[in-house]
Amino acid sequence: MTNRLAWPVIALAALVLLNQVFRPDFLSLRMQDGHLYGSIIDIMRNGAPTILIALGMTLVIATRGIDLSVGAVVAIAGAASCAYIAASPEPASPVTAGMAVLIAVLAGLLLGVWNGFLVSTVGVQPIIATLVLMTAGRGIAQLITGGQIVSVSNDHYKSIGAGYLFTLPISILITAAVFVLAAVLTRRTALGTLIEAVGINPVASRLAGLRSRNIIWIVYVFSAVCAALAGLMISSNVTAADANNAGLYIEMDAILAVVIGGTSLAGGRYTLAGTVVGAFIIQTLTTTVYTLGIPPEVTLVFKALVVITVCLLQAPKARNLLRSLKAAPQPGTKEKVAI
Amino acid sequence: MSSLSTLTPLTVKEPSPLRSRMRGGARYAPTLATLGLFIAMFAVGAGMYPSFLSGQVFLNLFIDNTFLIVLAVGMTFVILTGGIDLSVGAVVALSMMVSATLLQQGWNPAAVIFLVLVIGAGLGLLMGLIIQYFDIQPFIVTLAGMFLARGLCYVISLDSIPVTDGFFTSVAQAQIPLPGDLFVSPGVLLALGIVAAAFFILHHTRFGRTVYAIGGNEHSAMLMGLPVTRTKILVYALSGLCSAVAGVLFSFYSLSGYSLAAQGMELDAIAAVVIGGTLLTGGTGYVLGSVVGVLVLGIVQTFIAYDGTLSSWWTKIVIGGLLLVFILLQRLFARKTA
Amino acid sequence: MNEIVPVVEMTDIAIGFPGVKALDGVNFRLFQGEVHALMGENGAGKSTLIKALTGVYTIDSGTITVLGEHQQFQTPAASQAAGISTVYQEVNLCPNLTVEENVLLGREPRRRGSIDWKSVRSRTREVLAELHLNHVDPGSLLSSHSIAVQQLIAIARSVEINAKVLILDEPTSSLDADEVRQLFRVIRDLRDRGVAILFVSHFLEQVYEISDRMTVLRNGKLVGEYLTRDLSRMGLISKMIGKEMEALAELDQAPARTRARTGSEVTPFVEARGLGRKGSVSKVDLAIYPGEVVGLAGLLGAGRTEIARLFFGADRADEGTIRVKGVSQKIRSPRTAIDKRIGFCSEDRKEEGLIGDLSVRDNLMLAMQASKGWARRIPRRVQDELVAEYIATLDIRPANPDALIRNLSGGNQQKVLLARWLITSPELLILDEPTRGIDIGAKTQIQKLVNKLATEGMSILFISSELEEVLRLSDRVAVIKDREMVAEIKNDDVSVEDVMTVIAGGSQ
Repeated sequence: MTNRLAWPVIALAALVLLNQVFRPDFLSLRMQDGHLYGSIIDIMRNGAPTILIALGMTLVIATRGIDLSVGAVVAIAGAASCAYIAASPEPASPVTAGMAVLIAVLAGLLLGVWNGFLVSTVGVQPIIATLVLMTAGRGIAQLITGGQIVSVSNDHYKSIGAGYLFTLPISILITAAVFVLAAVLTRRTALGTLIEAVGINPVASRLAGLRSRNIIWIVYVFSAVCAALAGLMISSNVTAADANNAGLYIEMDAILAVVIGGTSLAGGRYTLAGTVVGAFIIQTLTTTVYTLGIPPEVTLVFKALVVITVCLLQAPKARNLLRSLKAAPQPGTKEKVAI
Repeated sequence: MSSLSTLTPLTVKEPSPLRSRMRGGARYAPTLATLGLFIAMFAVGAGMYPSFLSGQVFLNLFIDNTFLIVLAVGMTFVILTGGIDLSVGAVVALSMMVSATLLQQGWNPAAVIFLVLVIGAGLGLLMGLIIQYFDIQPFIVTLAGMFLARGLCYVISLDSIPVTDGFFTSVAQAQIPLPGDLFVSPGVLLALGIVAAAFFILHHTRFGRTVYAIGGNEHSAMLMGLPVTRTKILVYALSGLCSAVAGVLFSFYSLSGYSLAAQGMELDAIAAVVIGGTLLTGGTGYVLGSVVGVLVLGIVQTFIAYDGTLSSWWTKIVIGGLLLVFILLQRLFARKTA
Repeated sequence: MNEIVPVVEMTDIAIGFPGVKALDGVNFRLFQGEVHALMGENGAGKSTLIKALTGVYTIDSGTITVLGEHQQFQTPAASQAAGISTVYQEVNLCPNLTVEENVLLGREPRRRGSIDWKSVRSRTREVLAELHLNHVDPGSLLSSHSIAVQQLIAIARSVEINAKVLILDEPTSSLDADEVRQLFRVIRDLRDRGVAILFVSHFLEQVYEISDRMTVLRNGKLVGEYLTRDLSRMGLISKMIGKEMEALAELDQAPARTRARTGSEVTPFVEARGLGRKGSVSKVDLAIYPGEVVGLAGLLGAGRTEIARLFFGADRADEGTIRVKGVSQKIRSPRTAIDKRIGFCSEDRKEEGLIGDLSVRDNLMLAMQASKGWARRIPRRVQDELVAEYIATLDIRPANPDALIRNLSGGNQQKVLLARWLITSPELLILDEPTRGIDIGAKTQIQKLVNKLATEGMSILFISSELEEVLRLSDRVAVIKDREMVAEIKNDDVSVEDVMTVIAGGSQ
């Protein structure tokens, strides 16, 4: 496990170093009004939603699945909660905010159950099953908001995404809590091991008496609930629900974070810590671009190149290439096919 | 043992000829279902709005979706081999940006179009090579390709660049008259030409047959001596080429280059292909089906426009719903023939 | 067989993989107009030899001559171009394409750049007619036809290519008697037309019915080349299985186990009546009593694993019943079987047993943990105790529970998998080739363990290709041949020859 974590951690350290070199106050923190500020804090706060979603995505990918619908769930969760607040008789009260949170989580639960049903019971391929919600989801979110950007003014609600607790941003605390919860849940129970077994060798798992249906259901529900929480963060940060843009492309960032962190898209062994590192890398990339004075338009290109490089480095063939093969082909190696 | 040679020909236990032919025709079922759906939707529309039942409404479906048709064609090739291409929307935008920028600098339109096609095909080829040689999943590689292409758009310009070139504007405004007071745009002819070419390739060339074979059983295809590796790489180049063509068509349509254009178009293309009857697992599907899929998406938009009260987000919900229905049908279909 | 010069001649072929010599100095000749059977048990080298001939593997040394020319095939396409065509057991065609598309795939006749479908249709009709398949519609989907017909269509493709050599790899595994007859008629037609046919099959009777000559391989070496009519079934079997007198004699000195009580006054733990599954096995009647070891003897491919899988619910039976402790049960999944206290150690460790990237501990505890569900994790302390106990009892090395199981030797991997089942305290343990491919020391340990478990009251269904091993351990032996159970022998001083005679069918 430590081996696989090495590359991502090194990459992250390099990025941080790069930033520090160009901006000496990058790593510095300052306290103000009992809140901690600094570039590192910004990275963590801005990246919190992505990390959350990537955590859920990790477990789904570990079972050889994928969840493309998380962006749509973000939009729906934000829309549901803001619409509730806007329509409630006491739009600024803490109770209303609490109910809004509950509604968002409930939405995530239901959507996760839906995805899990399609994959585990109906037997639809995960990429297609979650594509349905990905396509229809934003439409549903817009239905809830009536096509408008629904603004709310509720300080309690706003604190989810923008508030502080114990000097740290609340969103970071929520993310950390979910990370700890996921880690404990999967490692204290047998869930983690069984998830990996199903992903590594579904045939052997079945012969050992594993019924994979419940496990698959759980991971999709977890993924959707994470997305709902992320949706809460995103919408509360701007105290508005934007059904069109909330969480746009976040599923791609999440999948990339998982892959960069060392979990294979083919399923099996997973690493939640690696995913967190991967998500940090993606978030830091954006900051690095700014620090280096590269025009922000180049962020995406930069991101693409980094992603491809990391994926290439992880691909076995590339590693073989780097170690330079022996010349003679081995008998019994994969069937040789001429172009 | 010699008595065996005097055996009368054994009848192997085969299903009756009628059932055989039906099973053979069963592979057209998903596409026919889509066609049926389209006709049904058109009929419903005609029933609800008197002005719906016009030839021009039908032709407008093509005129407004030429680029999506071409994208769906390219996507069909990739999905038939069991892969996927997430970069198509971004490549469309990139093509538009490159065209708009170069045209603004006075380049010859023909040269611009040629260059754009080369870029699209080249990007596709690059992705195909990485997928095949480094054995990285198409999802990730084309996702990175999408980021790269979209990123290059931002680098070129964040603002919208208008296209004022004479050739482009005249094509954009041109109308090709058809009998019955109807018209189509030149883009439609180009798109249909590409569909025809794709049809020919898939059904009348060895390359096309190899595409189907790979999707059916890649291992068998290899054992049968087909050029599997080469074909798998080329389909991505083809998809990139189609994306570039779609970009050109979109430029005709919108007469501008905008780096945020065509966002999410890859999903529309995938939805059209799936609704059109192509299985995401590969091996089954027809370009004509994908075209009908695009028409279905288009008619949903038309409904929304005609209604006036329904907001555009219903499009997304309906498309998602259609996708679900077709996926479930495909699952049922797979279970029955298994 | 009217030509002196063979169509295919392979001389002194050697192919090695890391740690094993798959083929060692093998010679092989195939003549025009003959049906030649390639015989040998698992690991004998048959499939390696065929893959060398068809360009899937490259040979380390030796020569291959086809139609008089030296060949070094690098790809399957190259060997096809040289006139060699293979029809595999899994019918390697494309099920999503039509019959005619499959027959001419990659070689469609073209007219002015585009495929001439008319020619494709007529050519396909011609070739189908040659194989007496006139009723098959060339425009129909391949998948709409039975496996038997699909196989004939694959042969049609070879005929169309004008193959000089046709290799049939286990062509009859999924066919019933009528379909086999039709296939054989086609084979004889092709042979009479001069095609050289290489026939690989585990069905003894069929091999004797259709082949003219045989080549027998064992452990990667050539045993001999014979005329079928000159080699008796007994002779063939003994050449295939061989008489490897190993250092397992010590087990013969172990005190004889008290034979389990059987008979009508004792309820068998599990009893199958008329058990069968289409394309798998049929009409199996077998009862296994507590404390009894029942061995399944038979050649590879005879159907022993298939029977085991039906008992375990890994496959679903189409016909027949299973009773557990006298009560009729529907065992439709491994989960159900495990709940009924049945365990199954698969013969394919790698694909069906090991969870490669997980540790020894996780692999060992898997079945037990699966029984408890994901929420109730077996406490780490308990796990450690159990794992340590089994590592000691079974002498698993290295004695490190955190080692990744894929880094262990085959023998130790097998022991971990055994422990996985033993931990669940099954009443019936099905062991499919538990000692295959492992060292002598581990082999002996496992055999001793089987004895011990039976003495303690466990029922064991023991499958092995080594007849000595089966006889050493079993109270009763069920003989499986050609997908049916043909005999049940009480193990009272039964010898290996006796069993081989039964397999051979008694006729010499």
